[in-house]
This record gives sequence, C-alpha cells and structure tokens, in this order.
Amino acid sequence: MDFDLSEEQRLLKESVDGLLNDSYDFEARKKYRTEKGGWSKTVWGKLAEQGLLGLPFSEEDGGFGAGAVETAIVMEAMGKALVLEPYLATVVIAGGFLRHGGSAEQKAAHIPGIIDGSKTFAFAQLEKNSRYDLSDVATTAKKKGAGWVIDGEKFVVINGENADTLIVTARTSGARRDKSGIGVFLVPANAKGIGRKGYPTQDGLHAADITLTGVEVGAEAAIGDPENALELIERVVDDARTAMCAEAVGAMDESLKSTVEYLKTRKQFGVAIGTFQTLQHRAADMFVAVEQARSMSMFATMAADFDNAKERATAVAAAKVQIGKSLKFVGQQSIQLHGGIGMTQEAKIGHYFKRLTMIENSFGDTDYHLRRVTDAGGLI
Amino acid sequence: MDLAFSKEEIAFREEVRVFFKDNVPPDTRRKLQEGRHLSKDEMVTWWRILNKKGWGVSHWPKEYGGTGWSSVQHYIFNEELQMHPAPAPLAFGVSMVGPVIYTFGNEAQKKQYLPRIANVDDWWCQGFSEPGSGSDLASLKTKAERRGDKYIINGQKTWTTLAQHADMIFCLCRTDNNAKKQMGISFIVFDMKSKGITVRPIETIDGGHEVNEVFFDDVEVPVENLIGEENKGWDYAKFLLGNERTGIARVGVSKERLRRIKELASKVESNGKPVLEDQGFREKLAACEIELKALELTQLRVVADEGKHGKGKPNPASSVLKIKGSEIQQTTTELLMEVIGPFAAPYDEHGDDGSNEAMDWTAQIAPSYFNNRKVSIYGGSNEIQRNIITKAVLGL
Repeated sequence: MDFDLSEEQRLLKESVDGLLNDSYDFEARKKYRTEKGGWSKTVWGKLAEQGLLGLPFSEEDGGFGAGAVETAIVMEAMGKALVLEPYLATVVIAGGFLRHGGSAEQKAAHIPGIIDGSKTFAFAQLEKNSRYDLSDVATTAKKKGAGWVIDGEKFVVINGENADTLIVTARTSGARRDKSGIGVFLVPANAKGIGRKGYPTQDGLHAADITLTGVEVGAEAAIGDPENALELIERVVDDARTAMCAEAVGAMDESLKSTVEYLKTRKQFGVAIGTFQTLQHRAADMFVAVEQARSMSMFATMAADFDNAKERATAVAAAKVQIGKSLKFVGQQSIQLHGGIGMTQEAKIGHYFKRLTMIENSFGDTDYHLRRVTDAGGLI
Repeated sequence: MDLAFSKEEIAFREEVRVFFKDNVPPDTRRKLQEGRHLSKDEMVTWWRILNKKGWGVSHWPKEYGGTGWSSVQHYIFNEELQMHPAPAPLAFGVSMVGPVIYTFGNEAQKKQYLPRIANVDDWWCQGFSEPGSGSDLASLKTKAERRGDKYIINGQKTWTTLAQHADMIFCLCRTDNNAKKQMGISFIVFDMKSKGITVRPIETIDGGHEVNEVFFDDVEVPVENLIGEENKGWDYAKFLLGNERTGIARVGVSKERLRRIKELASKVESNGKPVLEDQGFREKLAACEIELKALELTQLRVVADEGKHGKGKPNPASSVLKIKGSEIQQTTTELLMEVIGPFAAPYDEHGDDGSNEAMDWTAQIAPSYFNNRKVSIYGGSNEIQRNIITKAVLGL
C-alpha cells in the first residue's frame, strides 16, 4: 500500500505544473479563449513537445505507456490552471477508445496525430433524451455494403466544432435503450452530411451540437465490435470520469487556496476576515471536503488496475459521488467567502465554481452515480 | 501508488482474524454486536487474553511490551478488532497514560505502572475535564499544593469515563496559580481508593452510566506520583491527545455497524417487504458507505505516510479523521433508528450494565443513537478539530 508518487511521477508532476505555471495564468487563459476554437494551439504544441499528449499510449504506438496515475497527475494540474485545451476529449477519451478497442490499423492511423498535437478529437455521445444513460442511443448506423451510414443528432459535444475526428456512438440494431446493438465509429469531422453548430459552454470551453445525415463511413470506422461496444464505451467513460475527478480535485484545491488567501487579506471591521470563527470553520469544512474528494479520486485512479470490471465501475461511481458532494460545497462556499468579488467575472474564483459545476453535470451527476453504487449492492 | 496490501500484510490480517475468532468470548462479541454494554469482568477477561498473546499494548515500544508492528499492521489489527467486534484496549491506560509514562516518567514509575497497565491490573481513568473547563481545558482549577513530600489535591473533575471501575487516575492539576494558564499545570497519578475521593455517577441521555463526577477533598498524594516535571503537565497532555491518531476514525466500528444495519434491515418489514429492499433506504446506505470508503482511504493515506516518513509531529489530518469518523458513526446509528422505526420507543428502565439479558435488542437502538451524540463532543469536539485545521493547516 502506497500513496506516494514514484520518482518518475513526481518529475512528471513538476514538469506539468511548471509548464502550466509559465503559460497558463488567468490573463493568458482569457486570451486563449478568444483564439479560434476557444483554446491555444501554442499551448497544445507545448503539451505535445513535453510528451503529455502521448502519455497513455503504449511505447510501440509511440507513447510512454503511462497509466491512470499519470493521467490523474496531468488532469489535476489542468484543474488547477482551468485548462481549456481538449486533453480529456482527445487524449483520455479518443485515446482510450483507440487503446482499449482500436485495431492495429486504427491505432496507426490516429495515434500519431494525437501524440504530435496535429489532430484533436471529440466524443459525440450525448443525445436529446439520453441524459446520463450510455446505452440510450437513438442515432443509427445502418450497414451499407462493407461500410455504414450514420443518421442522428448529438449534443454538447466538447471540442465538437474544432475536432478533426468525431467518435460517434450509434445504434446498429435493437431498440433505443437496448444494451446490445451499439457501435462506436470514427468519423472525419468534415465528412459529407455532418452539420456542426458551435457555442461556448458555461465554463469557458467550446462545444457543438452535431447533426449526422446519411454520413457514410467505411468498415474500418468501427472501433471494436459494432454490434456490441457498450462495454468498451463504459470502460472509456469510466476513465474519463476518473480523469475528471482528478481535475475536480485540482480545481477544488486551488479554490480553497485562493479562498484562504482572500480570508487573510480582506479586511473588515478593522481586521482580516479570516479571524472570524464562522469563516474559519467554513474553510476547515472545505478542507475536509477536499481531502475526502482527494482520497476518492485516488481510489478511482487506482481502481483502473482492478481486474474485476464491476468493482472498478463501482469504485469510479463512488468517487464521482464524493467528488460531486465535495465540489458543490467547495465551489459554493468559495463564492460565499469571497463575498461580492466572488460574483464577478473578473475574479478567477467564479471560474473554478463554473468548471466544477459542469464536471458535476458531466457523465453522470451525484444522484446518478449514487444509484449505480446502490444497484451494485454498495461498497463495503 | 498502490492500494494493495503486501502478501505479509494479508497473512497478518488472517492471523489476527483467526486469533479473534478463536479467543474473543462469544458472549462478549454478541453483546457488542447488539450494542449492549459489557461488564467490567467481561472487558478485563478479554484484555488479559489479548495481553497474554502479547497484543495488549501493541503500539508501545518493544522494551515495554509492544509488538514492533508497522503502521499498516497496527491499522489492520485495529480494523479487525473493531469489525470482529471485540473491545478495544482500555484507552485511558494503554493509549493515554502508558505512553506518557514511558516517554516522560522515571524508571521507577515505568517499572511500577507499565506492566500493570498492560495486564489491566489497574483500571485507569482520566482526570482532565472540569465543570468549568471543557474545550478550554487549560483553564482547569483542580489544585495540587505541595506540602512536604505530599501533594494535597482539591477540586473536581467531570465526564470521567468508567471511573466507577477505576483503580488509578491520571490528573491534570494546577500547581502554580501565578503562571500563564498552560504553564502552571502538572500531570499527577494516584490511587482512586485514596481518602477524600468521591465518585458520583452522571446518568446520560441514553439512561446509561459511563461517566462520573469525581471530587477531591484534601486527597494526599506522594510527590513521587508526579510524572515528568512539575508545571509541564500541559505539554504531556498535548502529547497524549496527539498520540491517538489513526484509531480515531473508527472505520472498523462503522463497518461492523453497517453489517448490522443490513442484517436488521433484511428482517424488518416496510410496505410488505424488507426495509433493505427500499430504494430510498438503500441509497442512504450506499451514501454512507461511500463516505466511509473516503474516510478509510484518508486514514490509509495517514497510515502510509507514517509508515514511510515516521510519526513525527501530530498530523493535522487526524482532525479530518475525527470529524468525518464521528459524523459517520452518528449516521450509522441514525440508519439503525430508521430501520427499527416505531419500535424504537419502548424503554427498558432496568438499564443495561452488561447483565440485563432480558433486554430486547430493539431497546438498544435508540439509546445507542442518543449515546453516539457524544462522539462529536469528546476527544476535542468537532468544533475544536476545526480550530486545529484552521490554525495548523490553513494558517488562519
């Protein structure tokens, strides 16, 4: 049992923290948001240069063969810096599909572009009525010759407007909420029949609503078994949830730090407001919430190595519950303790709150995951 | 990072588990599972079995009878003990006064007290809190006046847990009225049979008798019963309070209680089916389990850190363990109340001193819920723990 980082992991953390310290202060972030697509190609290039975009891929695929701990290190740092770049969509999710389900040809075709930073991806999964249910898929993929024709609508696809390639979930057979008959397809974003309507999200990222009308792809587009890919989707989404838990811990950690700093400097009634016990105890409760979240984020991260898929999924769900509870408390109280200034766009603290809130509503909220843990028969 | 225990640690867990299975008296185990009190004899019998095995004072240095276990082994031992369940070693002797004596006491004191603590030949109680000194412990007024080769002790202690069983007391007494309040306190131990001591029971809201008031009226104590230096008692008290860290979360206790909740909830019906099948109840249970898992992981982080980097200074994370640990213990007793529903009401006025076997198990649920409100108050209230986090971690 060991909760410390290895020497290599420690160095990785230093290098990510260093890079983001240098290139990602709050002012720089504002500038990146105005760039095309809403994030910085320069920063993305730097992430590629430092090898961060290649971390989880095997060495034979040109990567570093790193695991969930390394991804968590990067995501936590990105949570602290409120990074806008599509690391989750491209490296964690698209990379996850390729690693866990991709053929040798698919890997060779797509992984190099991820690693060198030339290509980004988006995960087109959410539908009008699917909410958090990954098996609720109305978009269809119908066999045509050796390939497929995809029709449907996808919503709030993060990085959907900029991505070079979309990863689309679509039903190849069965009824809308059947667990079987779901496939995952690599679709070039400029394919004929694709419509993309981009917009900013509450937390400063960019997303798109996407229509697919008679989009034709070849047989090589399907990742894994096109008739039965739900297990693969759940696996990759659990990886994404785990990564978001780490991101949330980074954002919470920084929110608490910034709030404590504010309590030390803001004066009222002639003294620093941090001398008031009401506020001290609120901050102490925030610390407790962050540490409990950190513990569960570590749990989910280490669960990536569990052999038992059901236990792994339950661990991730439990982590998302704890993170959800903690982020709501830490996010809301950060604003409260900052007072009026916390309500302004100008202060960074509100942007942490917004990102944390969007994490809660991504890939299953606290209630959804509590039900998952409940249905799995609990955790103890 | 690695969650897995080593092969040796897993083997150790098995060894501990088997020992408890073979050696904890079945009645003792059953009473604990049912939330009943134990008699003094039942507790002492078990502790002597444990001490005979060499595990009575497991965390003490080897030269005084400790085991030399790693932090992880201590963690495993405590968890298995709490989950079996079996009574934990008497904290007042084993975790509190024992470490103070072997750290600050002289050779004669070590020789005189330590073996008797280990074998519970002496039952110790703690004389810290006073009617006017709870969270503000350093304001205590009980006086020890030096007269020749004796201290004359006058004053009152309160919340003295199980003083009705005690042979010895360790006491914080004021020996210098003129010094700053923390500086004039001494750590003195003495015989509870001394002339001038009166123990008066305090009945708690559950109808139980765990705590007492203890009055000192010109109690004569030999000066050699002073531990360490005169007026340094506050330092020893802080050492003592910071010593108990990872056990404080009581993860094993909550795990055992969750097992009990599920057992009972599968028997009690609501809407024609077991409470355990009620979706709302199941979600509350799952939420509690998640909180407990988070706490367990937080505790393991502290344990692993101690194992790697030594115990060093008290870890402020122990305040997190205390706050969350007590909250979760309280939640589990609330869940039991929910299971039992209207049958929580009947009250057995004979009470439970460990001998009332006629008492129905349902009659234990509400008292246990009432009684567990104490866990967020004792051992430094949760508000005091927040003060500690505020100062030691956040620097406010």
